[in-house]
Amino acid sequence: MKVLVAVKRVIDFNVKVRVKSDQSGVETANVKMSMNPFDEIAVEEGIRLKEAGTASEVIAVSMGQKQSQETIRTALAMGADRGILVETDTELQPLAVAKLLAAIIEKESPDLVILGKQAIDDDSNQTGQMLAALTGRAQGTFVSNLELTGDKVKVTREVDAGLETIELAMPAILTVDLRLNEPRYASLPNIMKAKKKQLDTITPEELGVDASPRLTTLKVVEPSGRDAGVIVENAAELVSKLRNEAKVI
Amino acid sequence: MSVLLVADHDNVEFKSANLNTLSAAGQLGDVTVLVAGSNCRAVADAAAAAEGVSKVLLVDAEIYGHALAENMATLIVGLSGDYTHLVAAATASGKNVLPRVAALLDVAQISDITEIETPDTFVRPIYAGNAMATVQSSDSIKVITVRGTAFEAVASEGGGAPIEEISAGADAGLSNFIGQELSKSERPELTSAKVVISGGRGMQNGENFAMLEKVADQLGAAVGASRAAVDAGYVPNDYQVGQTGKVVAPDLYIAVGISGAIQHLAGMKDSKVIVAINKDEEAPIFQVSDYGLVADLFDAIPEFSAELDK
Repeated sequence: MKVLVAVKRVIDFNVKVRVKSDQSGVETANVKMSMNPFDEIAVEEGIRLKEAGTASEVIAVSMGQKQSQETIRTALAMGADRGILVETDTELQPLAVAKLLAAIIEKESPDLVILGKQAIDDDSNQTGQMLAALTGRAQGTFVSNLELTGDKVKVTREVDAGLETIELAMPAILTVDLRLNEPRYASLPNIMKAKKKQLDTITPEELGVDASPRLTTLKVVEPSGRDAGVIVENAAELVSKLRNEAKVI
Repeated sequence: MSVLLVADHDNVEFKSANLNTLSAAGQLGDVTVLVAGSNCRAVADAAAAAEGVSKVLLVDAEIYGHALAENMATLIVGLSGDYTHLVAAATASGKNVLPRVAALLDVAQISDITEIETPDTFVRPIYAGNAMATVQSSDSIKVITVRGTAFEAVASEGGGAPIEEISAGADAGLSNFIGQELSKSERPELTSAKVVISGGRGMQNGENFAMLEKVADQLGAAVGASRAAVDAGYVPNDYQVGQTGKVVAPDLYIAVGISGAIQHLAGMKDSKVIVAINKDEEAPIFQVSDYGLVADLFDAIPEFSAELDK
């Protein structure tokens, strides 16, 4: 069984993002970049399927500028077998990413595609669902557990009221939530080995995909801030303030 | 402009998030609500009674009973020709179904909007709400999920929209519902509660959440949690407030033993009044709180509870 995982290069989750003064976006120069945390969970799951003997190959795909190679190398260091970079300087929005992934699926025919449920930069939470639509495959989103049973996959999903279990026909598209697994750190020897693993580069044009954006960002601004309030001495003062000053209880 | 709002429901209840989404949809045009489910007539009745609804479309068939994305998306795409906007609340269900619809229509989806500038221009949070982007869509149909906390709910009663029954499509046969484990609670729903009290890693274990539950019952509050508390297994996943969990904006949010990582703040910083109780005076949560209490929560919460009884 072949598993394809999608990984995105994003501003590291610990970085406090700054909006650019010309309101064109957020500052990315000299900012630490990392693999989207949800995608790490996707990679980890792919590797675990391989270690369990269920998957035969794990392919890591990323898209965007050349530097996304680093993100693929991280996936390879964790244990993915080979990588594919769709290289472009065009701003890629979820629909375009889904189309590019669909074109790669056409070539690679993976049985299972695993993505993070959302990227922590644009917070869209769309790509997996869109990919499932474009490929006509079943989708399991926000997955916290999965179980392969022959030609089906049983997934537990994190939903608003708790957990839901559904069964999907294979091949399927999964997007993973936080509780699926705890991703491993790549060891130094594996980081060295990853440098020798196969990493192919292809362009949207070669895949025959129109990746142009559909949404135009008119401006990006800071959210309205909150000021720090007062420190109260004790619980009695807190209750008094909430009752008499804020009037919320 | 004509809007199709895909209702979020469990075949029994027209979820309160729909009322906030209705208020956003009403800014865009004439609103039709789609209620697709199984034995869900009560939901259609509730939708018809809500303020600002012109018409309710009811599809009652077993294949829609659990809102599986494959069948829902095909149904919505089939109806989409009559509308300029397809909207849903940015709930687990809306987030699951609408992107599939958008891709089938070959259009972008605009996620989690917090403001409508014009019928094609919207404001939405990015980077866990640390930046707000204004985006314009060039697509013929706008597919949108709405952040409920950003729009006032419309009245749940007083409307009298007609209900039109429409026929079901075929089962795509791609997915099956197996079962669910729902958190049972007598308390208000997290995303619509007026008061929320949340616990973090500082709670140390799940049993200690009983202290917060007691206060919640005194205040008529819902109980939430930070990701750290959910990951540690103290409470179920549906308690999580934050960038990738639920977004809440109650009148009062009480953060207990929560340090205040940006990912958590993303889910609660639009609350009207924020209280932080934490023994670490350097905790970032104090930078956004209106009232801070630097104290050991195991002393402070029982005291707070006792004061509430006075």
